[in-house]
Amino acid sequence: MKAMLTGLLAWTDARFPLSKMWNEHLAQYYAPKNFNFWYFFGSLALLMLVVQIVSGIWLTMYYKPSADEAFASVEYIMREVPMGWFIRYMHSTGASFFFLVVYLHMFRGLMYGSYKNPRELLWVFGMLIYLCMMVEGFFGYLLPWGQMSYWGAQVIISLFGALPFGLGEPLTLWIRGDYVIADATLNRFFALHVAAVPLALLALVGAHVLALHEVGSNNPDGIEIKKDKDVNGIPRDGIPFHPYYTVKDIWGVAVCLILFAAVLFFAPTFFGYFIEQPNFVPANPLKTPEHIAPVWYFTPYYAILRAIPDKLTGVIAMFASVLIFFVLPWLDRNPIKSVRYRGPLFKLLLGVFVITFIVLGYLGTQPPTAAGSELGLRLGELFFSFFLIMWLYTRERTQSFNYTVLGIVAVLFIFFDAIRFDSEKSSLILVSSLLVIGYYVVFVLGSMYTKLNDPKPVPERVT
Amino acid sequence: MSTDVDAGRRRFLTASVAVVGGVATVGTAVPFVAAWQPSERARAIGAPVEVDISKIEPGQMLTQKWRGKPVWIVSRTPEILQALPGIDDRLRDPKSIQNQQPRYAKNEYRSIKPEIIVLIGICTHLGCSPSYVKQDGAPLGAGWPGGFFCPCHGSMFDYAGRVYAGVPAPTNLVVPPHKYLSDTRILIGGGEESA
Repeated sequence: MKAMLTGLLAWTDARFPLSKMWNEHLAQYYAPKNFNFWYFFGSLALLMLVVQIVSGIWLTMYYKPSADEAFASVEYIMREVPMGWFIRYMHSTGASFFFLVVYLHMFRGLMYGSYKNPRELLWVFGMLIYLCMMVEGFFGYLLPWGQMSYWGAQVIISLFGALPFGLGEPLTLWIRGDYVIADATLNRFFALHVAAVPLALLALVGAHVLALHEVGSNNPDGIEIKKDKDVNGIPRDGIPFHPYYTVKDIWGVAVCLILFAAVLFFAPTFFGYFIEQPNFVPANPLKTPEHIAPVWYFTPYYAILRAIPDKLTGVIAMFASVLIFFVLPWLDRNPIKSVRYRGPLFKLLLGVFVITFIVLGYLGTQPPTAAGSELGLRLGELFFSFFLIMWLYTRERTQSFNYTVLGIVAVLFIFFDAIRFDSEKSSLILVSSLLVIGYYVVFVLGSMYTKLNDPKPVPERVT
Repeated sequence: MSTDVDAGRRRFLTASVAVVGGVATVGTAVPFVAAWQPSERARAIGAPVEVDISKIEPGQMLTQKWRGKPVWIVSRTPEILQALPGIDDRLRDPKSIQNQQPRYAKNEYRSIKPEIIVLIGICTHLGCSPSYVKQDGAPLGAGWPGGFFCPCHGSMFDYAGRVYAGVPAPTNLVVPPHKYLSDTRILIGGGEESA
């Protein structure tokens, strides 16, 4: 029996690089030995992708992509298809988990500088995956044809209507295929959601993994393990991915699936965050729900869009806030990768960025208020400021350089406050500006006049 | 096989295949892009609709579907009409300069008859349908003179569909082409298109 299997493997290897691939990507792929908790999320993202594909295929077996039947077919899946509710909730919960895992994965990249040389392209592929996921999530959310599906899609498609030179209207018409969101829109979104975007997503995931295995994994110390190899050319601080990390990741998978099942069984709509309540009402083109907001994973960007009292500027800022991540490797070129060996100011900067992102996300789920919009606007300014400071911290800057940057930023922000000034909101504008002023005092002046931004020595080998 | 390679000829052939192939690719993309345009059927459903307004009470709003969009018919009381010029300084385009209405509705009331206004109930910001909020009504509360409030991004419009300054919506609500067939019948989508 064993001889037969060995023979079969040899026969296959002569015709297809099976053993070669196994070794290159698993058994002889050397990953740093010091991976920590944060390194679970890459493989968990892959797991969620599989969950989405499998549950999605099953949903297409019962779902009807037509304006007349879509809502009813989803209810049919929920009530009458055997275990249909399970598969549908798996897909809707899976979408949120996928984003959660990817956000944690991206945060890991930010912490340990995983986007820096030589991993810029790896980061760009990752960002393209993130972009595809957003597009996929947006298309998918229209399909149940509930009130939130309909009006959410209406808002997002209208974003393109903000394009100048008379291009906006024809473009939105072209995207919808009708004068309003209609059957044509639903049908094409279905095609894109189940075929086009998943294909692109799979190709990009392949590229992401190939790029990773070409340059090798980063690690919590941000030290290149390939610089220190033994006589056999194997990194001294590397261990084979299989069996070491496959086993470790299985543990992560188990924990993740326990949490996943807990949500799926006990809170499948997650209190209106994973599926919003109005989406259990069929789409009504004549009435917008009292309060509409996108699903949580879009809300940070949505809060930025909503905070800006000008349509085109708001749309530009929203797209810019997503796309700016793409250029991060070229903004932050500080040679120290890991947060461990950067000064306390950098740790604070990263912490403030995470808080900014989460609070923006919260604001995006709430109904618009004057104070909320003002806070959203200021946090939007801090969001972009993070990238500016990352660039500023790339190397030691002279005093005059720092003051020039501060001056330019001050002029820009004051100009922006001046054009949107409104006597009714003057105190709000003034008070909230303290947030931005404080931010720059801490991060720019702090790096000039204290030692809080001084790096620590980076060890030769991983710890 | 000859060993003499005519590099120039080879370059020319490579370039011409690339150009012809490129043209063919672009040409093939045309039908795929065109297929996303509204179909003939979608284009055909633009016919005017008739509305009976005999039952509308002062201050009341009727909603009618036209081209898949909500169209509002609001009956405004004399008090509402009187109050309209009073808020001009809080509006972005109080004189309706922007081309958001047919010529016959480009007046201080943005309507053919002062008391009856016809509006497309789609916010000019990102396409939500605003809610009709009467004077001092929730969620805007005391001090709100009455009009329309978009729940999505907080844009506000007065009783003539004119947009407030300092809100995300850039322009006034659209007045669709319409005409009176009789005192109590309006044809939405009839009448001249625009100014």
